[in-house]
Amino acid sequence: MNLHEYQAKEVFGRYGLPVQRGTVIERPEQVAALGLRYPVVVKAQVLVGGRGKAGGIKLAATPAEAAEKARAILGMDIKGERVTRVLVVEAAEIETEFYLAFVTDRAARRVAAIASAAGGIEIETVAQTSPEKIARSDVDPFLGFPPFQARALGRRLGFAGAQLDEFVRIATALYRLYWTEDADLAEINPLALVGGHLLCVDAKLILDDNAAYRHADLPASEELTPLEREAREHGLAYVELDGDIAVIGNGAGLVMSTLDLLAHFGGRAANFLDIGGGASAESMQTALGIVQRKPGIRSIFINIFGGITRCDDVARGIVQNPPRVPASIRLTGTNEEEGQRILRDSGIAAGLDADEAARVAVELAGGRAGKPGSR
Amino acid sequence: MAIIVGGETRLLVQGITGYQGAFHTQLMLEAGTRVVAGVTPGKGGSRVHEVPVFETVDEAVRDTGANACVIFVPARFARAAALEAVQNRLDPVVIITEGMPVHDAIEVVAYARGHGVRVLGPNGPGVTTPGQCRVGIMPTHLFKPGAVGIVSRSGTLTYEIVAGLTRAGLGQSTAVGLGGDPVVGTSFVEALELFNADPETHAIVLIGEIGGNAEEDAARYIARHVKKPVAAYIAGRTAPPGKRMGHAGAVISGTEGTAEHKVMALEAAGVAVAPLVSGVPALLKARL
Repeated sequence: MNLHEYQAKEVFGRYGLPVQRGTVIERPEQVAALGLRYPVVVKAQVLVGGRGKAGGIKLAATPAEAAEKARAILGMDIKGERVTRVLVVEAAEIETEFYLAFVTDRAARRVAAIASAAGGIEIETVAQTSPEKIARSDVDPFLGFPPFQARALGRRLGFAGAQLDEFVRIATALYRLYWTEDADLAEINPLALVGGHLLCVDAKLILDDNAAYRHADLPASEELTPLEREAREHGLAYVELDGDIAVIGNGAGLVMSTLDLLAHFGGRAANFLDIGGGASAESMQTALGIVQRKPGIRSIFINIFGGITRCDDVARGIVQNPPRVPASIRLTGTNEEEGQRILRDSGIAAGLDADEAARVAVELAGGRAGKPGSR
Repeated sequence: MAIIVGGETRLLVQGITGYQGAFHTQLMLEAGTRVVAGVTPGKGGSRVHEVPVFETVDEAVRDTGANACVIFVPARFARAAALEAVQNRLDPVVIITEGMPVHDAIEVVAYARGHGVRVLGPNGPGVTTPGQCRVGIMPTHLFKPGAVGIVSRSGTLTYEIVAGLTRAGLGQSTAVGLGGDPVVGTSFVEALELFNADPETHAIVLIGEIGGNAEEDAARYIARHVKKPVAAYIAGRTAPPGKRMGHAGAVISGTEGTAEHKVMALEAAGVAVAPLVSGVPALLKARL
């Protein structure tokens, strides 16, 4: 889950990380009551990157000007995301910009600290143009990020004296935040030198959805559509796409290959729902309810290969909530005979192989099915 | 001999008294697996399908000589279960559990490395050596003993491809499920090393998906070291661009991670990549 800057900065504040004074507002009139020192910066709160270039960050010298900028930014469309909130913060005179982040490195299967003296620009750009400016320090999860390791990283960025001590305090606090809050990414860019002190001018926080149960205090995600949120509350992964065939499958890999398969036969998925491992009859019932509520669905493709998921459970779920649009069902794997019998007894066909079932789903949606590809 | 599990495996099941644990214990027994013990705190002294249940892994190992472990416990207890298994030197430790926090997986993997123990998963289907041993949830009836090694990031796609191989008359040496989570215990390269060294494995199928760069690493390894024929399938060619990629994550993986990039890397390494799941058996057969 990706947090907004203002939400990330609230969390940063709790860990003693230095952030500018500021408040998030939804209406321009609210600027007057903020009691901030001017000039201020008005920042669009969106989850996509590149908001500065899109005109979503503006400097304002007076309350009147701040209200005007807020009015201009609120309601703006930044790469398809509508701005409904702006963060107003006291402007900072930035002398130098650094970069600091803790990130889960999946290939190395561990946490890494990434830091650079070339801050303020996207770190991918730095990685491409001047990789020598990026310092990396791997974290032993049983050791955490001790001050000596933070100190070594700070020296590689050129810090010394009191500023090095400040860097060590910030890096160790950021790691504590990263680990305690179950983050996938905790990023400060820029970590700026302002009046001789380090300040977290921007904050990015991506949290691990699997660990949400440990953090009831954190804000709810705003990236999801209402149906996506409802699916998640039921423990189902649902994603909206822009075609007209609803897809239910089990397992991320199978669902992805199902989308590829529909595309191969000339169809387009409207959405997909992964009922996951060990799905019950109830979760199948819920899944059917959710995928069909999206407008414009013309057919439904259920592609189940049972492992930990039992075909008989899935079939019971389908029978209890039969599809309202034409359906093509492929059901095989654990307890498949029992599953197919349950469907047959209710007059639902389910004996097709995956390629055949995908072709049928495309035909049912009124699309022109291509010929089967290399087999 | 196959790899990772076989006739010598004496399996301990954590979470054996749960719905999934009990159900799959029965199926593992039917597949010929020697399931010697179960562990569920608070349920010691009972039996599930005649398998004795213990309070702790320590007691179970002393009493039964268990040497491998599969974990079916809920996500919030999976970290402790896996650490307990590693501390008792069970090897491999196979984590079926889905939804385990990534930081928990990082700790388990680091701890296992320190103990020289192999972890498979989390969020994987386990590992099966057909005719000898099934650890996890792969449907037994799809398999047939043979010489094709399978390594996969996806459970259901593994079943799909194993079924196709069996229909095509291509039996399997071992099928290894790596798990679909961002951080898992065993990589493609580590599994390929084992298959490459296994005289009973004559060909390899690699099943990957978008995200990360494990397939690219595998391609580099194959180009350098693998003489056996390799076929592959990569899921997610038409998936929408990921919503989950963070900035610094992209630094580490560079431009790698898309299906096109993975397919290109594998093809450049001489791997036959099938555009559809159903195309894998024929592609592999053509290379044998």
